Amino acid sequence: MNLILASLAVLLAGSTLCLLVPPGGKRAGILGPAIAVLGSVLGIVPALDAMVGAATWQASLPWVIPAGSLAVGMDALSGFFAFVILTVSALAAVYGHAYLSRTGTARRVSASWFMFNVLVGSMLLVVVARNAVLFLLAWELMSLASFFLVMFDGEKREVRRAGWIYLAATHFGTAFLLVLFGLLGIRSGTFDFSGFSALRPEPVFAGAAFILAVIGFGTKAGLVPLHVWLPEAHPAAPSHVSAVMSGVMIKTGIYGLLRFSTFLGAPMPWWGWTLMGAGVLSGLLGILSALAQRDMKRLLAFSSVENMGIVAMGLGFGFLGISRGSFALAFLGFAGALMHVFNHAVFKSLLFMGAGSVLHAAGTVQLDRLGGLSKSMPVTACAFMVGAAAICGLPPLNGFLGEFLLYRASLGAIAGSGAFAGMEGAGLVLLVSLAMVGGLAVACFTKVMGVVFLGEPRDGTAAQAHECPMAMRLPMMVLAAICLLAGISAVLLPGFVEPAVRCVVSGPDAVALAALSLPEGVFSWTAGAGATVLLAAAALYLLRNALLSRRRVDSAVTWDCGYAAPASRMQYTSSSFSAPIVRQFHAVVRTDTTATRLSGLFPSGASFSSEARDVWREHFYAPLFKLFTAMSARARGLQHGRLNLYILYIVLALVALLAWKLR
Amino acid sequence: MTAFHAVAMLSGLVLAPLLPGVINRTKAAFAGRSGQPVLQLYHDLIKLLRKGAVYSRTTTWVFRAAPAAGLACVSGALAFMPAASAPALASFGGDIVLVVYFLGLMRFLTVLSALDTGSSFEGMGASREVQFSALAEPALFVAVATLARVSGSESFAGLFAGLTPAAWMAYGPAFMVVLTVLFLVFLVENARIPVDDPNTHLELTMIHEVMILDYSGPDLAFVLYAASLKLWLLGAVIVNLAMSAAGVTGSLAFVGFLAAMMLLAIVVGVVESTMARLSLLKVPRMLVGAVALALLAFALAGRLSP
Amino acid sequence: MMPLVDSVHVLILVTCLLLLGSSRLGACIRTVAIQGIVAGGVLPWVSSLHISMQLLFTGVFVMALKGIVFPVLLSRAMREASASREMSPFVGYGTSLMAGVLFFLASLWLGAKLPTPDGVSGLAVPTACMMVSTGLFLIIARRLAVTQVIGYIVVENGIYALGLAVAHDIPVLVELGAMLDAFVAVFVMGIAIFHINREFDHMDSGRLNVLKG
Repeated sequence: MNLILASLAVLLAGSTLCLLVPPGGKRAGILGPAIAVLGSVLGIVPALDAMVGAATWQASLPWVIPAGSLAVGMDALSGFFAFVILTVSALAAVYGHAYLSRTGTARRVSASWFMFNVLVGSMLLVVVARNAVLFLLAWELMSLASFFLVMFDGEKREVRRAGWIYLAATHFGTAFLLVLFGLLGIRSGTFDFSGFSALRPEPVFAGAAFILAVIGFGTKAGLVPLHVWLPEAHPAAPSHVSAVMSGVMIKTGIYGLLRFSTFLGAPMPWWGWTLMGAGVLSGLLGILSALAQRDMKRLLAFSSVENMGIVAMGLGFGFLGISRGSFALAFLGFAGALMHVFNHAVFKSLLFMGAGSVLHAAGTVQLDRLGGLSKSMPVTACAFMVGAAAICGLPPLNGFLGEFLLYRASLGAIAGSGAFAGMEGAGLVLLVSLAMVGGLAVACFTKVMGVVFLGEPRDGTAAQAHECPMAMRLPMMVLAAICLLAGISAVLLPGFVEPAVRCVVSGPDAVALAALSLPEGVFSWTAGAGATVLLAAAALYLLRNALLSRRRVDSAVTWDCGYAAPASRMQYTSSSFSAPIVRQFHAVVRTDTTATRLSGLFPSGASFSSEARDVWREHFYAPLFKLFTAMSARARGLQHGRLNLYILYIVLALVALLAWKLR
Repeated sequence: MTAFHAVAMLSGLVLAPLLPGVINRTKAAFAGRSGQPVLQLYHDLIKLLRKGAVYSRTTTWVFRAAPAAGLACVSGALAFMPAASAPALASFGGDIVLVVYFLGLMRFLTVLSALDTGSSFEGMGASREVQFSALAEPALFVAVATLARVSGSESFAGLFAGLTPAAWMAYGPAFMVVLTVLFLVFLVENARIPVDDPNTHLELTMIHEVMILDYSGPDLAFVLYAASLKLWLLGAVIVNLAMSAAGVTGSLAFVGFLAAMMLLAIVVGVVESTMARLSLLKVPRMLVGAVALALLAFALAGRLSP
Repeated sequence: MMPLVDSVHVLILVTCLLLLGSSRLGACIRTVAIQGIVAGGVLPWVSSLHISMQLLFTGVFVMALKGIVFPVLLSRAMREASASREMSPFVGYGTSLMAGVLFFLASLWLGAKLPTPDGVSGLAVPTACMMVSTGLFLIIARRLAVTQVIGYIVVENGIYALGLAVAHDIPVLVELGAMLDAFVAVFVMGIAIFHINREFDHMDSGRLNVLKG
């Protein structure tokens, strides 16, 4: 407990230290990450303790905040999320130390680190808060800190635009949370979570609260159709901030959803279907939109939407399982979702760091201008490839484990249809969506990996790329190692998420749940098979080397149908790679293409370009906001700039108040 | 685990290169030629393993490591596949997912190695491969889930053990649809006609063959061997399902399995001789059709109760 | 339960999906011929417990009508209109197939709601509903008149099968259905060919030389 508080104190109080040193100097660039790392390391140990279910505590600190109390606590669920937040943040801070010092804008470095530390501290506070007002305070702090971090390159027009979209969206979500907390507070008479969990709300109230929670927290998690801010804001931020935002900050939405669902009593089937529907929508639209992107960071942001979709599918399946009394399936659904939360945090931050390194080395993240970077930046390429394989859910990496649990849940619902009546439909939906999303993810990430790191450079800047410094390579290597080790030492992992799942499925059902756990040895099978295949691959590779060692090995140009002078511009580009799939799903992903046609017998020049359009923004939000603008235009009549009439308003308001009070 | 458990996997490892030979002989018979020897692929593999190699200067370690890793993946997947009465080397609840994902990893590596050459032809093949497999994978999963729904098991070994002639009596129509879907997936995943032509030498029209254009020597041997193992693996799913209808047991069933695998190869040869390749734009439609059929079978399996 | 009957039903369901997924008119005509033979002739034979002369003859009549007469007429219409494939349907083929799956799920649900007489396969009503909905979908979602006629025929097959399922072993009704078939055939084909002519008269290649300046 003391360590967590110390960690909070270091992060939040220490962040102000960043403001005391000269804003552009070297000291800011060292002090900032040092504080972040120190604070994170302090917190990781107790978080890990709580995560495995060893230490649970709750405390109310003697200070007061208006209308709330400074109640904090830690249980396995909080511990799980705190562990994820702190691990990734510490590595991102190390990465950011080198990243920020090398990207032009030196003057705001200290302010940026101040905000970074506030962000990490407030995320930690969100997961340990045990009072709604404190939670909301931390939530708002988190949103504002990340907003300012996004605005780091605020002199660029598109960054400012992204920042404002983010600010509007996050407050849209918070508005729903305010209503939710208000409802719960009025109902229970207190804003403490302990009071909330004593509530036994009736179905209508619980359903309304659930919808509010899904909208409020779903906005933060980036679920479709509340995702529009995510692909704007995440790419605009500096890469280490993108890593934290996409890797962990959006997970606080999942945490909030889980935490508040425990206050609402037994879930109803439609809760599960709602979440699963949002999950399927996010998963498919997210990955399809990602495929259509040409900007590496934007692509990664859309892939976050997809992964949050997978998590939401798991949660939905879990809620459905509880409501139908199939606790074993519910357990698998929640466990898969939580494991995917952890895995996504690891590989998505890894991939964003990789994108940051590419930006740093080649000066652009436009996919069609890159290529062949694995020769100049081998470590980044290798780490990125591990992350890419992991995000596709391929064994033997960590991404497979979460998806495997979800597949197990769906197959369990299908194969055990007698035992789990009414779950086959949900199982089938989960199965088809996972398979579809998984296949498209392979398409998406082979595209990124292939177009950016393999082949020949498509552009002069890409040809002159260089490997990034050690401080940037190290966090990526650590994250890649976690991907691999978590995958092949999967024996440990059930203990990892099990206590957290028990926090969600608690109450009278705990007895039923206590009898359940993951089928013995399943993970040792997947891990064993993964490790065996890895060893076999290594052995075969050595065999190949041995075979070739005594023979002639030549090098030549790539075989291009007998064409002896292939140029790098002839390579398949990212747009051409994904075009068939995007065209096939043109109903949901639109691309604009502009082309100049060839003409004449000896055509001189031609061009072609395609740009993905955001269907939701154009066809859903734009008309909606136009409506709002039209409605508020009517109210503009009140604002006319005449002082005497304004004073009339004031007088009228005062008189009305007086009349109402005296009535 | 006894030596007996290794029979299914070993038979696959040894006999898989026979399948392309049988297919080619069938096609040759249709064309009125005598054709290559049935053991041609074995000769090719031995020859390639003894050769040197030529690499494109564009390629990196990804290109060099992919064939070995791909072969390891498909062998790993093969360990979970029974052969009628011969049990799988390993089996656990959910190994279906692991098998499909090992094939996914192999595809991931093949596609990356194709992109590693920087050739636009190989990029084209890679693009088609990922597009088609993204649709073939759901079809395969739903087809297998239909079987799981009937047999109540989540592993390949339990799946086929749970399918008895009695189950065939009750769910026969659904199983016939599943067989159709599995055969379509088999053709797509193994790059056979009507989706891809393994014999064409026009790079623009190929999928799998074009992705491996730049391989030579031992690497090519690995790639070809892995492709034949994949043919065997997905063929075994079809044959195991079909064999479960007969209800034979013991060593007779294993012999029957091997014979049925050869029969499957002949069927593929007949299909390739009598059908034209589909236009590439139509392949996705065929795959969506396969998904639709699989969903139909799944719904039927719920409806047709014994 | 009834493997043979169920197999026939599944075959009909598969033909429905094929109709939804194929763009070639020739393939569609062949598929609808097979469906007509199976649904009109084979289905009554395999699903009735005792085969009467009446049933045999109506079956043969319907099979001849749907398996030979209709396809020949449709093929001729296709040739006259010189259109061998549906070029741009209102709803794409992939989407149509997925719609087909949804129709089947809805039909299953409907089949569970409607009472099925004893001795009739549980798939009989869903299959009939599937045919009706597929036919209606084809009429709505396709552009060419020939495909729309195919849609009419599929709807008719479905109604026939539905009558067979709920009015099981009432040969008079079955016979009436067959007579209605013949009527519909003449009627619909007359209209359809008129439509086809009207739609394609501007594509008459003999008139192209008028365009010469």
